[in-house]
Amino acid sequence: MSETEALESMVGGEYKYGFTTDVEYEDFPTGINEDIIREISRRKDEPEWVLEFRLEAFEKWKQMEEPDWPNVEYEKPNFDDIQYYSSTKKKDGKKAESLEDVDDQILETYEKLGIPLEEQKQLQGIAVDAVFDSESIFTTFKEKLAEAGVIFCSISEAIQDHPELVKEYMGSVVPKGDNFYAALNSAVFSDGSFVYVPEDTVCPMDLSTYFRINNMQSGQFERTLIICEDNSHVSYLEGCTAPMYQENQLHAAVVELVALEDAEIKYSTIQNWYSGDEKGQGGIFNFVTKRGHCRGDNSKISWTQVETGSAITWKYPSVIMQGDGSIGEFFSVAVTNNRQQADTGTKMIHVGENTKSTIISKGISAGESDNSYRGLVKISPRAENAQNYSVCDSMLIGQTSGAHTFPYIESANPTAKVEHEASTSRVGEDQIFYLQQRGMDEDDAISLIVNGFCKEVLQELPMEFAVEADKLLGIKLEGSVG
Amino acid sequence: MLEIKDLHVCVEEDGTEILKGVNLTINEGEVHAIMGPNGSGKSTLSKVVAGHEAYEVTQGDILFEGESILELEADERAHLGLFLAFQYPVEVPGVTNKNLLRQAYNTIAAERGREELDPLQFEDYAKEKLELVDMKPEFIERSVNAGFSGGEKKRNEIFQMAVLDPKISFLDETDSGLDIDALKTVANGINEISDDENAVVLVTHYQRILDYITPDHVHVMIDGKIAKSGDKDLAIKLEEQGYDWLIEPATASVNGEQQ
Repeated sequence: MSETEALESMVGGEYKYGFTTDVEYEDFPTGINEDIIREISRRKDEPEWVLEFRLEAFEKWKQMEEPDWPNVEYEKPNFDDIQYYSSTKKKDGKKAESLEDVDDQILETYEKLGIPLEEQKQLQGIAVDAVFDSESIFTTFKEKLAEAGVIFCSISEAIQDHPELVKEYMGSVVPKGDNFYAALNSAVFSDGSFVYVPEDTVCPMDLSTYFRINNMQSGQFERTLIICEDNSHVSYLEGCTAPMYQENQLHAAVVELVALEDAEIKYSTIQNWYSGDEKGQGGIFNFVTKRGHCRGDNSKISWTQVETGSAITWKYPSVIMQGDGSIGEFFSVAVTNNRQQADTGTKMIHVGENTKSTIISKGISAGESDNSYRGLVKISPRAENAQNYSVCDSMLIGQTSGAHTFPYIESANPTAKVEHEASTSRVGEDQIFYLQQRGMDEDDAISLIVNGFCKEVLQELPMEFAVEADKLLGIKLEGSVG
Repeated sequence: MLEIKDLHVCVEEDGTEILKGVNLTINEGEVHAIMGPNGSGKSTLSKVVAGHEAYEVTQGDILFEGESILELEADERAHLGLFLAFQYPVEVPGVTNKNLLRQAYNTIAAERGREELDPLQFEDYAKEKLELVDMKPEFIERSVNAGFSGGEKKRNEIFQMAVLDPKISFLDETDSGLDIDALKTVANGINEISDDENAVVLVTHYQRILDYITPDHVHVMIDGKIAKSGDKDLAIKLEEQGYDWLIEPATASVNGEQQ
């Protein structure tokens, strides 16, 4: 299918992934309290230290208040109405060892989402961990990765099979009481992915996790942990979708990345949660804490994100550059349409000497949406010769959307070099008319203008995702002018 | 080929009437020049023909090859073979000339029953056209008009016209802001492109481009109407005597103030 055909097949801006999978769930009560947390832990057959981690986090969470500084407005979720664990009924009560154990309905769901799990159809060159509601359903290419010494599995499995690694690193980048939603996640986290790349290893294929929320009542509290030992390298991709419901669903994830000496982690996200309808009904609340720690010298962490979904987003994939000569990067395209609200950006914390960070953020607002960039560049006293370069561009489509930027720069070292460039532009009638006069229809014209605007970021994405992102931007903005 | 009949046009936003009954017929193989003082409606006429949404046609009609095009969007008019070289070409950062033009070429080719070109074929084709306007091959790899000088933007418009091979082209003050060498290049390009089967309408303020392109017809537009039509001698007369002799006493002061 050509790109144009793909676009045409989705004309009208319909959310393509809004279907629901009809599967049977195991019973689980709604609400949150100590018993609920113990029950989650029991069902997952966790060791005592994980339960303690959860309970401590819950204690902290109870003391905390939901933050109100992001530039978004929404009705606070009622935490008693949420189901914190949601698992489908299994044939023998255990995680699937092979595909035969996975519910056909779920397999079909991933097939429909374009992530076939069956061996002969699997995506070439990409290993996938498929997460459905609170559980990891299946991980492909596990054996192949194991040959290279790479561990790729769900976090629940990692807790069982590699407890020493999880114990050492979980909560070391995002502490359990870091913020309101990180504390909540630490208390009730269910699944998510675990990656461990040993010393001197280039992970032989791209790794990816595909998150799917299906159950209307459940929140998704995934937890991802990626560790790259000295001189190792991994590229990790994350995709996500959800059905269309009138109610809002909560997605509060924690992602922790650790890069040791000379290690490099590239983390890419295509976020396409359901964003609610034109009137702002329904959609996912996406409150996520993502942080990377360049723990060793000359390590590097890159975040690339294309954010198009969610009713409300706040997330700031950040990098702490502790090791000398370490590098942090953030490349972001955030698109909002209809009544969506996004408050997203990054924090680049320079601790080590000669650390370098780059921020390229492109915000596109259409409809009646609001899109904010919020970024912190912090240079600590001992970060000699730290450098940051930030570009933060906003594009407005139509007359009723909003774009805002909140850059914070804190420098405690006089040798630091910090550059910040910002611009706001409007997709002008003139630009569209120009392209239309050259024969392009209005939607193609906007798509071309927007793609040009985002090019710097899109080219950071791995190939397979770049095509997906291109289509996504086009679909998202169809009919947004006028 | 193109027939404009008693065309009345006002600005959509505030209803100001700009064209007050324009009549014009343009045939294959002809070069027309539309001249006139600032604010007389020349640019508006080109934009309306191209399908700009900021204007509303309140009376009259525009026929292309016998069919009214008033209901067609700008892109649909482009598909028929209508081209507008912009007075102020727009910048589209991040989109290369090559990508834009190949997409445009193939869309129009499909509508006009021509063969579509793959990227390599298109590159060869486009490079040939670049020579017409004396532009370097790397131009097609650059973002559309981004960082181009004024002269480069104008040449780029003529290059696009050469690539898209329209049936009728309106060139809106393509000569303005060009030094004499660039003007010659642009004029040569236009001469190369025009043939018996297409038509060119030069919308211009000055006579000087007409030293290089000989128009078959010259029209003077004043206050939203064609006040006088003639041959190339009319342009020379305008150069010598200005527009005042064509302006009726009653409207003269009004136009005077506008200038």
